[in-house]
Amino acid sequence: MGENLKVVRDATCTFCGCVCDDMHLTVDLDHKRITKAENACILGKAWFREHGIEERPLALIGGRPATTEAAVEAAAQILARARFPLIYGLSDTTCEAQRVAVAIADMIGGTVDTTTSVCHGPSGIAFEGVGESTASLGEIKNRADLVVFWGGNPAEAHPRLFSRYSVTPKGMFIPNGRKDRTVVLVDVRRTPSTPAADIFIQVKPRSDFEVLWALRALVKGRRVDPSIERRTGVSLTVLEDLVARMKSCRFGVFLFGMGLTMNRGRHFNSGALLALATDLNEFTHWVAKPVRGHGNVTGADNVVSWQTGFPFGVNFSRGYPRFNPGEFTSVDLLTRREADAALIIASDPADNFPKAAIEHLRRIPVITLDPKATPTTQLAQVAFTTATYGINVPGTVYRMDDVPITLRPAFESPYPSDEHVLTAIRDRVRALLGGNRLPAGAPVAAAS
Amino acid sequence: MGSPLRIVNGRVYDPANGVNGAVQDVCVRDGKIVADVPPDAKRIDAAGMVVMPGGIDIHCHIAGPKVNLARKVQPETHRDDVQLRTRLTRSGTGGTVPSTFATGYRYAALGYTTAMEAAVTPLGARHTLEEFQDTPVLDKGFFVLVGNNLLLYRLLQEGRREELRQALAWWLKVTKAYAPKLVNPGGDEMWKGGRNANITSLDDKIGSFDLTPRRVIAAFIEAGNELGLPHPVHIHCNNLGHSGNVETTLETMRLAEGRRAHIAHIQFHSYGAAAGKSQSNPTSRARDIIEYINTHPNISADVGAVMFGPATIMTGDAPLAYMLRRFGSNKWVNADTENESGCGIVPFKYQDRVYTNALQWAIGLELLLLSEDPWRMVFSTDHPNGGSFMSYPRLIRLLMDRGYRKEQMAHVNQKALDHSALRDCQEREYSLSEIAIITRAGPARLLGLTDKGHLGVGADADLTIYEEDEDKEKMFSAPRYVIKDGELIIEDHELRADHQGRLLHVAPDYDPQIEQVIEPFFEDFYTIRFANYPVDDRYVPKGQIIPTTPSAAAAPATAGTRP
Repeated sequence: MGENLKVVRDATCTFCGCVCDDMHLTVDLDHKRITKAENACILGKAWFREHGIEERPLALIGGRPATTEAAVEAAAQILARARFPLIYGLSDTTCEAQRVAVAIADMIGGTVDTTTSVCHGPSGIAFEGVGESTASLGEIKNRADLVVFWGGNPAEAHPRLFSRYSVTPKGMFIPNGRKDRTVVLVDVRRTPSTPAADIFIQVKPRSDFEVLWALRALVKGRRVDPSIERRTGVSLTVLEDLVARMKSCRFGVFLFGMGLTMNRGRHFNSGALLALATDLNEFTHWVAKPVRGHGNVTGADNVVSWQTGFPFGVNFSRGYPRFNPGEFTSVDLLTRREADAALIIASDPADNFPKAAIEHLRRIPVITLDPKATPTTQLAQVAFTTATYGINVPGTVYRMDDVPITLRPAFESPYPSDEHVLTAIRDRVRALLGGNRLPAGAPVAAAS
Repeated sequence: MGSPLRIVNGRVYDPANGVNGAVQDVCVRDGKIVADVPPDAKRIDAAGMVVMPGGIDIHCHIAGPKVNLARKVQPETHRDDVQLRTRLTRSGTGGTVPSTFATGYRYAALGYTTAMEAAVTPLGARHTLEEFQDTPVLDKGFFVLVGNNLLLYRLLQEGRREELRQALAWWLKVTKAYAPKLVNPGGDEMWKGGRNANITSLDDKIGSFDLTPRRVIAAFIEAGNELGLPHPVHIHCNNLGHSGNVETTLETMRLAEGRRAHIAHIQFHSYGAAAGKSQSNPTSRARDIIEYINTHPNISADVGAVMFGPATIMTGDAPLAYMLRRFGSNKWVNADTENESGCGIVPFKYQDRVYTNALQWAIGLELLLLSEDPWRMVFSTDHPNGGSFMSYPRLIRLLMDRGYRKEQMAHVNQKALDHSALRDCQEREYSLSEIAIITRAGPARLLGLTDKGHLGVGADADLTIYEEDEDKEKMFSAPRYVIKDGELIIEDHELRADHQGRLLHVAPDYDPQIEQVIEPFFEDFYTIRFANYPVDDRYVPKGQIIPTTPSAAAAPATAGTRP
């Protein structure tokens, strides 16, 4: 350990959507390492303690080391020439960088899409259909006496969702913490999260929608046939008991995960759950919240929404934002071989997209911004090494409940931030194009 | 800032300086109105045109967490109302809740240069400021929600008035807000903590607190006045939208006891209850409201007019939005913010054949037509609650053109008109000078923006130049020129430049000791650390602090004089 230590209090962990901002970091400035991350969960400890500055070139062009400036020029040339470029990722970077990324998409008439499209995208679509009753995490901490987790495994994926926000903490109207809450977990199998629940309801795989719809019927006082058990694995008695609890609690919450959204039914599942929460407000206070994954995926949703009116999968090729999941979402757009260039920011589609989409990424010029080497950076024509948000870069991150938090970086990185690189690319593309690119046939007056 | 500019031959409407349509030059330099510019300065020939200060929206909902939810939940309204990018400007989408860039450009294209976002949770301040950075042209500020704040409730409950004032100052300063906002005080606490209940009278007990809305409102009016804020406490009264709510509104205004208070979107608070079996139907009590305001110079209001067509209910008044859900679409958004507020959103449509909607439309007009002091009953639709800001030109025409108004009245639910006094104020037509007051000079004065809303030397060079037209809707729909901070943004009706406006905010002093009262509450009941809560200057690339004047706080403003 070096001599030169500093402590950063109230730093923020951007590993998952909990975005806990109570990290007290001990930083070894000589070795550029975080040696201690007080209050961090097991995932957060790994996030901070395993972070080091690797000796990597600032950028690679065609696999050869290059300066950031040269890479900016190469990237700008690709984007300025591209006719149907895709900008993708964005969930693990700051809102400041996200804003510039959307600006580039608008300027060149490309598509901007975020990891939401392969994550809680269906919840976003369901939200557009039925709305949502929701709350900030502190309301859940202070008031929720019935907490229902559905299709998720927070103990492993969002450990402090239990301990900091929704199960064990004491709150203003929950003075005894865990004792004052009833916790229900609905899932297709037992997981390390199951022991945290008072009631575990195991549904047959691919039957979440049926269970939710039966619950809606029961809440509305309709009859449900006992054969529901054959279909879903959940007896009518269990459903009726849950409905009685849901109607009689003071403040109920659904916290739902990708077990619901990426399951058969997708946005119908999310929509059924959101509608159930809405229905329950006839009886008592109910809210629902998708449990988001990446540190700033919620920020990406917000930024893309305020700049375009739509949350993800937005195309600008006609000179204005268009939203069409399935058409402008990345997996679809790549699988159909439509994109002719891609700018990938802070995500790794070559690791987790379907094979056909990855194959297309290999065919087209790809630009990446990432702190680490990944399967995507390895197939990139231009790969920038950037500094890590939260640890090395300041900026803004939105927690899964839309609460924005300002980052307190621990130490400086020799690499530039995503925002810095994207701003340089934007400025260079603008110079190459002489301003925003106008779609063919745009009114002449608009060009002045 | 643009090059020096001389506007010649225009008829100038600058009511704050007593200029009423005189043809005179207006000179602009370095972003300000100046007495003179060199002879070789660029000239705008405004012959046949009207020159006014830039429009100021005192109460609208354009940025922040609830606005973004309202945008996201209505993709269908964006598809057919798009904002094309140009070489210089960004694209966007419209509907009643446009994207940020579209909001800025569209306001500017109507001649507006300043707008106040009227309801932001303290926790959402940072989000709002980020959206403001992407909302071009306009100068902007926001009102921060404090009327359902549980720490402030605790201080008030324990009679700690001095600490309440210090904490209010702290909240205004650390969020970079412009004014404190009360929304249905107590209502959100009843909603979140009381199985979706609501407040029904000023004397209801607020949940588990030993408090009533009456005590909360009186305390905040007092604290706001003591702090000497440029704009006093901005109040969305209890019982919004309910038949018979006029009594609550009058009682709320009386609580000010001569001190300054601003009542928001007062149209929604001016309802009587019909006699007999249709008791749930509202009637117009605009006359009672206007009588009170005419005789109480300490009170000001924005009208919150309703315009037929699509709207979006978005409010910190969560129980209200839940009630309106029955009349709106099948979508409803609710969003609770810990210790601070509630929020509700419902897509909505006002229909001229529907009794209640027609009555609301009539009351908005009545209030403006009966008002004797345009400086204190100013223009708003509570965008997008009563209708989009894009409907402002039509509302102006309804006020300026009685023939048009009469024609429109013929199309609406006649029973509603029977229960309003609109037919009795058919004669009045607003003059251009009065329009300049209710859309510019009045809001500036009520907000305490001494450099705005007028064209005197030293004022901000925010100007709008309209081509005169008999059709006032047409005239106010598309100004020929809009100048912001001395820069020509709109020329020949077209966007010519992009521009970033300023954040207008207050920064009242507070006793640092108050942080020792606030911090423990954060430890116990917030999920964000106290140290991470204040918004730092990085979120304000361009800002302007409007000074507070604590010493003069107790003195009520009087009508017709500049503060």
